[in-house]
Amino acid sequence: MSEQRGTAAASVQYEDRAIRGFAVMTVVWGIVGMTVGVWLAAQLMWPALNFDTPWLTYSRLRPLHTNAVIFAFGGSALFASSYWCVQRTCRAALFLPKLANFTFWGWMLVIVLAAVTLPLGITQGKEYAELEWPIDILIAIVWVAYGVVFFGTVAKRTVSHIYVANWFFGAFIIAVALLHIINSIAIPFSWTHSYSAYSGATDAMVQWWYGHNAVGFFLTAGFLGMMYYFVPKQVGRPIYSYRLSIVHFWALIAVYMWAGPHHLHYTALPDWVQSIGMAFSLILLAPSWGGMINGVMTLSGAWHKLRDDPILKFLIVSLSFYGMSTFEGPMMSIKTVNALSHYTDWGIGHVHSGALGWVAMISIGSMYALIPRAFNRPAMYSIQAINLHFWMSTVGTVLYITAMWGAGLMQGLMWRATEADGTLTYSFVESLKATYPFYAVRLAGGLMFLGGMFVMAWNVWKTLAPPAAHARSLALTPARESHA
Amino acid sequence: MKHEFIEKNVGWLAVLTAVAISFGGLVEIVPLMNDKSAITAQPGMPVRTALEVAGREVYLREGCYGCHSQMVRTLAEEVLRYGPASTAGESVWDHPFQWGSKRTGPDLARVGGRYNDEWHRIHLNNPRDVVPESNMPGYPWLAEQGFEAGEVPAMMRALKRVGVPFDDAAIAKADADVAGKTKADALIAFMQSLRFPKPLPVATAEARP
Repeated sequence: MSEQRGTAAASVQYEDRAIRGFAVMTVVWGIVGMTVGVWLAAQLMWPALNFDTPWLTYSRLRPLHTNAVIFAFGGSALFASSYWCVQRTCRAALFLPKLANFTFWGWMLVIVLAAVTLPLGITQGKEYAELEWPIDILIAIVWVAYGVVFFGTVAKRTVSHIYVANWFFGAFIIAVALLHIINSIAIPFSWTHSYSAYSGATDAMVQWWYGHNAVGFFLTAGFLGMMYYFVPKQVGRPIYSYRLSIVHFWALIAVYMWAGPHHLHYTALPDWVQSIGMAFSLILLAPSWGGMINGVMTLSGAWHKLRDDPILKFLIVSLSFYGMSTFEGPMMSIKTVNALSHYTDWGIGHVHSGALGWVAMISIGSMYALIPRAFNRPAMYSIQAINLHFWMSTVGTVLYITAMWGAGLMQGLMWRATEADGTLTYSFVESLKATYPFYAVRLAGGLMFLGGMFVMAWNVWKTLAPPAAHARSLALTPARESHA
Repeated sequence: MKHEFIEKNVGWLAVLTAVAISFGGLVEIVPLMNDKSAITAQPGMPVRTALEVAGREVYLREGCYGCHSQMVRTLAEEVLRYGPASTAGESVWDHPFQWGSKRTGPDLARVGGRYNDEWHRIHLNNPRDVVPESNMPGYPWLAEQGFEAGEVPAMMRALKRVGVPFDDAAIAKADADVAGKTKADALIAFMQSLRFPKPLPVATAEARP
């Protein structure tokens, strides 16, 4: 990327302290969140694994799993990569670096509070927005600080253009603030209790406007920002089409916000809202694929690099999963398809093809690229281990999602099957009984993906722990742009 | 205006981003707040008792919504399996809504009256005692925990502030209503209340404007 070249970069002292913290915690929270996920997958097969203990029970830990992987693992990766990207592409040090450090400690505090309160059953009862109001307020404060640091850095840039990755990071920060604040409005009646200000169909609509755009902005726009920095950087070529990035950016952020009602097809939500939601969800395929095409085509003329560079494999395969799940999403939002897929494990499969295949793999690839640079190391300790991790992630994801597709299709078909006389063919529990083999395959896939994260942890540990004398001299040298 | 202008001006980039993302919510959410079909209570729907309010709180806190929906969709097979399709009017006093998004277990919107209290008590303690193939966790602690004085009235007052029409007399005797009851009792009372409201008697229905 051209803005990385030239001598001007050498004179900027970047502020990478918060980035180092977030990068390491990405790995830690990834392991924590995915371990909880594997534990829950096991409980769905062997329910006695809650040991009749409230805080070990599936229903209380499920929000911990979702919050940990989305906001702790994904969030840490986003903070790290956005702070890294915004400084390098604006050629300016972070605005208010102490505030950036505050966002690190504040975000960690939010995560720890979530990890304590959710197993205790302290929850608002809204999916992906379970945290109670005092934690919600803390999130809002940290998020505003994040916005100040990010946009402040863009404002003090020393290059004239704002690089495309920063549009995505910026939109992600603005939209998440809006979604979080509006969806979390509640009437508290103690420190640990509150009720949503909205009710019934309105609450459902607000919740899924939030829920779907947590996907659209937290898990898509933010990670597209990551993609727009790390893919061209790792390939060593400029982004494929600047014009495409402009068109798909505006289309993506404008259209995503309308897609929420597809979570509520055939429910008591008024029909006109369902129809709008479905129409916009179908349109969303185009801007979603715009991002995938732009990322993958950046490899034009450099495909051979994919052979030897496992980091690039992570980035490109993540884009493939992104393309697949953003095709699957609009398809599932078609009402007649949704009638079959909704409430089944197909939804779980869809989420994980996005979460494991896209979000986790682009984060992992980006962290492998970022960590040695942020810590002033020549490279990751073991390239072979990255390759091993890549294959474990890919195979784990494929096992997981194919198992859930199978389970979901089967459940949907069993639930609607009728006899010639018009009575239902299967009882509910028969569909559950038939699902157990799929749950076993899913558990195996999840274990494999988690195993890959342990390989990463070992590799990061080895990368950060050089011989003692070497470590001391590094600690005395402030991190600088050594790789440009 | 050339796009280059936005690319060089962070203030405009932020403002135009905020504008681009605001339409969807404005169009889809705001009209619902005034849509009579979405905010009018289902005729004949009783306001929850103190014990049912406490039970719904248990339902929320234990996270039952992770595996159970409370929404019979307008599909023939769902009506056949569960009962009459859910209406928006049934949820207008639900803060938050609990329609759910996944059925690892069956829908519960019509579970009221389907099993007796004793069945529920055994089932909550260890589901496999009544449904051998079930993968639902046991919740034995619910039968051992009760409610503190003032806890349930506080819930009802908060709900009243967001629009649930409890009368003050019901709130005043809420503590007495839940005295000696366990969380399992409350949860069972709540589940037994989940059913399609009985239609109003003809005379009352005609009297309505």
